[in-house]
Parts: sequence; C-alpha cells; structure tokens
Amino acid sequence: MKPTIDGFYGNFGGAFVPEMLHKNVEELKNNYLRILSADAYKTELADLLKNYVGRPTPLYKAVNLSKKYNTNVYLKREDLNHTGAHKINNALGQILLAKKMGKTSIIAETGAGQHGVATATACALFGLPCKVFMGELDIERQAPNVARMKMLGAEVIPALSGSRTLKDATNEAIRYWIANPDTYYLIGSVVGPHPYPDLVARLQAVISKEIKGQLSAENNIENPDYVIACVGGGSNAAGAFYHFIDNEDVKLVAVEAAGEGVHSGKSAATFQLGSLGVIHGNQTLVMQTSEGQIIEPFSISAGLDYPGIGPMLAELLSSKRCIGLDATDKEALEAAKLLTEQEGIIPALESAHAIAALEKIEFKPTDVVVINLSGRGDKDMATYMKYVKNEN
Amino acid sequence: MKTRIEQVFKQDKDLLNIFITAGYPQINSLPNIAKELINQGVDVLEIGMPYSDPLADGEVIQEASSIALNNGITINKIFGQVVEIRRMSDSIPLILMGYFNQLLQVGVEEFLKKSKKSGVDGLIIPDLPVEVYLSGYKELFEQYGIKISFLITPQTSEERIKMLDKTCTSFLYIVSDNSLTGTSSDGFNKEQLAYFKRIKALELSSPTMIGFGISSKNMVVEANKYADGAIIGSAYIEAIRTNEGVKFIEMLTS
Ligand SMILES: Cc1ncc(COP(=O)(O)O)c(C=O)c1O
Repeated sequence: MKPTIDGFYGNFGGAFVPEMLHKNVEELKNNYLRILSADAYKTELADLLKNYVGRPTPLYKAVNLSKKYNTNVYLKREDLNHTGAHKINNALGQILLAKKMGKTSIIAETGAGQHGVATATACALFGLPCKVFMGELDIERQAPNVARMKMLGAEVIPALSGSRTLKDATNEAIRYWIANPDTYYLIGSVVGPHPYPDLVARLQAVISKEIKGQLSAENNIENPDYVIACVGGGSNAAGAFYHFIDNEDVKLVAVEAAGEGVHSGKSAATFQLGSLGVIHGNQTLVMQTSEGQIIEPFSISAGLDYPGIGPMLAELLSSKRCIGLDATDKEALEAAKLLTEQEGIIPALESAHAIAALEKIEFKPTDVVVINLSGRGDKDMATYMKYVKNEN
Repeated sequence: MKTRIEQVFKQDKDLLNIFITAGYPQINSLPNIAKELINQGVDVLEIGMPYSDPLADGEVIQEASSIALNNGITINKIFGQVVEIRRMSDSIPLILMGYFNQLLQVGVEEFLKKSKKSGVDGLIIPDLPVEVYLSGYKELFEQYGIKISFLITPQTSEERIKMLDKTCTSFLYIVSDNSLTGTSSDGFNKEQLAYFKRIKALELSSPTMIGFGISSKNMVVEANKYADGAIIGSAYIEAIRTNEGVKFIEMLTS
C-alpha cells in the first residue's frame, strides 16, 4: 500500500511541518526510495537482518493455544529478534539510510523503550552518537530498557511535558530536530510527516514477507485467514499486514489499547475515540477536544499509549479493510499470563494486546490465525510481578 | 483602501511586534495587556492561541500555553477578547498565531469567518505548509480577507524564499535562527547577521519581521536595520511573569 506523492493514504497523511523542517523532510523524501532500492543498500540490510538480528524469525504454531481456541494459531516471533522486538528492523534500515545521506548524529523518540534500545544498538554498531527522548513516566515504567540504552552509549533525555509519555517524547524529539537540523531523526513507527510512514512500513514489511513464505514453504498454506497485530503508532501492524493488504481474503485485525475501558476517560483507543486532526506532522485520527487540543492518552502499555495512529492504519481502518479491536489493561495482562502459562512465552505488554484478540473473535477450526508477537516481556516484568502479586 | 498591515509597514520607523499568549497569566489578562501595549506604542500585536502540543515553541511559551489552557481559555473566548482589543484601536494589526489542528477542528472557513468578524488581520500557522495553503486554503483566506505570514529560516533556499514572498499576503517572519522561540542571547552573532543581510539583499516585496530569541533593545534596533520590524515573544512573557511587562516595553522603546 503506497501513499500518493504527497504522502496521503486516502484522507490521511501528508507533511504538516513547520518551515524549519521543510528542508530535512524534503531531503529525506527525495532520497529514501532511491537509497532503499539500491543493490548495495539491500545487500547490507539483508546481511544485518540475517546475521545480526537473527532473521527470519520463526513462525511458531502455538499448539496449546490452538487447542484452547479450537483453531490454528501461529505466532510470528518478532520477540526473538536481537533487542527483543520488531523495532530493530526499522532502526537498522534507517541507520543505513542516514549513513548514505551523510548524517553523523541520530535522535529518536521511544515509548516502551524498544525503539530506543534498537536505535541505541544501531548507533553503537555504526559508531554514531545517539540521543533518545523518552517520557518521564515511561522512564519509570520501562526501567530495564533505560538501563540498556545507557549501557549502549545513548543519552536518554526525559520529556517532562503533558502526560510524560510517547506523545511528549515525540514532541521533544521534533523540537530538538528543529533546533538541530543536521541530525537524523530516526522515527520509531509509521507516524510523523511523509515520507516516514511509508519508509517505516517498507522496512517492517519484511514481517509479512516472511509470514507468507513460511506459511507456504513450511505449512503448505497459501494465505492466512487472519493476521492480528497490536497498534501503537502502527509499525508492527503495518509490517505484518503489508503483503496481505491487496488480498481481501486475508482479514487484518488491529488491536488498540483501551486502558481502563474505551469510554473510561483513561484509554488510548484512538480509532474509536479519534477524529481527523493533525499530530506530529501528519493528518490522521487523533484523540482531541472539539477545539483540537490533544487529549492525554492512557494505557498500561507504554508502547501503545499514544493519542494518534499512523495514517496508513487510519486509512485501512476507515475503509474497513482492517478490523479494529481493543483490549483493556486487564485483558492484556490476562492474555500475557495465558501465553506464558500455555506456551512458555512471556510477551511484551504491547504484544499481549494482540493475544487478547483470541478472546474476541469466533474462529473456525480450519482458520489459520497469525498473531504478530511484536516483542518480549523482559522490560515489563515489574508490571507483571505487581499484577501477579495483586491477584494472589 | 490600504489594510491595517499595509498601513503599519508604510511608516518609516522601526517596528515592534509583541507576542502574547492569550489566557496568560489569567484567563482574561489579554485585553488589559493589549491596552498597555497599545498605549506604549507597540506597532503589531501577535496573539498566541494556546495549544496542547506547540511543536514550534520553546519552553517559555509552552509553559504559558499550558497555564492558559488550565485557566480554561478557549478559541471563542480569544475571539471575544480580540473584539475588545479591536475596540481600543482601529489601526493596530492583530495577528493570531496557532497550530493548524486548531483551525481544522473549528473548521478552516468558520475560523476565518470568525477572525474577520472579530477584527483579526492575519494568521501565522507554523505547521500549515505553503503547499497545503496554496492547494487547499488560499481562496478561503482571500474570500475572508485574512492575511497570512510564512516563516523563513536559515535553511530556506533562495528559490523557496521567493515563492514564500510571492504567496505571503502579510509580513514574512524571518526566524532568526533554528533554535526555537525563547532561546535568547545578548545579541545576534555573525552568521545571523550574514543571513539577515542575505534576505535583505533579495529585496522582497513583502514586509519582513525578524523574530525568535530577541530580548533587548539592541537586538530590536539591529533587527530593524535588516528588516521592517522585530518580534518579541518569550522575553515579554517572562517579563509578564514577574509583573514587569510595562517596564520591559519601556526599556525597548525608550
Ligand atoms: C513490543 C512492541 N510492540 C508494539 C509496539 C507499538 O508500536 P507499533 O504500533 O509502531 O508497532 C511497541 C512500541 O514501543 C513495542 O515495543
């Protein structure tokens, strides 16, 4: 699914940036497709993904879950990537791009800290200085990732405004970029001004490419019936859906974070609560007041705690190509527990939202259901332990 | 008949444009502050519409915006206060500064209609790119007689500056350097002066005002050498915070 030349997917997308960023965004727009399609770039990235990240990631048939839900559940194991989530696919792709564009310093925003860790890792590998902006609340609740970033040599800069989460970290990253236009902004999801949503979607598309290949080669299955992913900004969903979008037989399911309930006033359920607006340089669905003030989102999961959604996902949902579901904090915690007990896999809190969809869809015994397990739960152990303690 | 903006720039004098955040420090402060500024001879008033996520603003204005929103300021209240200010002066140009999402939610046409009705002369919307303005909103702005400013930065190419100049119907906002509003120093550095010279040499057809980081009389005088005026925001907000707004403007205009 490709945007128009101005970066629009239907009514969503574009580049609503202040003049201070015009040159940067233009430079990226004029170079990314050429660089991404160059043979040398492709070879280098493929080598890194294979030998450094450990791709292809397995497509694991979750036997116990399949039995429990009387269907065929496959997990795309992005949690097994080096650094523990899908974010590294994008970070390495963009750092190679930044290198080719002659950039010598990198900034990034992060919510759960996975994108921050991935970027810090890529920067360590390529010897580039790295600053990561992270909301103060997220610094607290994702402490292990903060420590990893620091050990990797990145400077972690707390965002103190707003709800002190991903939205505010992104604001600070953009402000820093405005003040330091020579730096490369390595954005972590399919958000931001065009061409970032398309760039990140292309770099994550490796997920669906592998799913397709693995289903057919290892399981003799042409196409899945469902592909399910959680949505923060939408990069793991965009990657898992990418090569299936044109095939209407494949149902695409995006799961957003409902926090304490979609209508509780404490949620991040953007596609149910959002309306057309502009956030972080693109026009998309935004949680906002009637005067356009952005509403502070809420989710137990730092990576899904965002009041917008990537324009490509907004279009897929609005056009009904993609089914939108939500999971509350509690449902996500229960899903994490279930996956751990049944399959011995502790998922990231974000990915647990995708697992929670199993409770919400009536599957046929013959259905092939692929869930993108976007990350592992190491970073969330403190939250999980608290939950387990409260339960007992 | 010349517009208020044209009238102001026709004068052969140094011009001062002061930025105030509506709703700060109190929800109804704006009209009183404006009255003082008008009495003190300020030439243009730029009124900031507080936004939850002001990407192109530095810390001082972010903080003021957040206080104003907590005070309960709304777009409609701002329009009401603009009406009051317009009653005080029929000649001073009133410029609203805000973010595109605020216009989108009110409805761009509705916003322009209300602007006209309340006595607003022009808008500065940093995240409304000139391309989007040209393809989607130029006719509406013209229909309601609301003027638009565009920003020029040290990175803006000459070709683009000329295009912005041609499209601009108000003054061009020369961003003094890349750092966001609020970062002030004692004076302009060499690169900044070279950049101002470069812009001046282009002999643009729109009036120009230099802003971002201006905090002293010296800088105002210096800016007026290269442009038609100076814009002060953060430094004035700081002065208001300590109750020294009047003194600050006296210092600038003495
Ligand atoms: C493991 C994991 N999954 C999902 C997300 C959500 O991001 P996106 O929607 O871009 O995939 C994050 C973000 O931090 C994450 O760390």
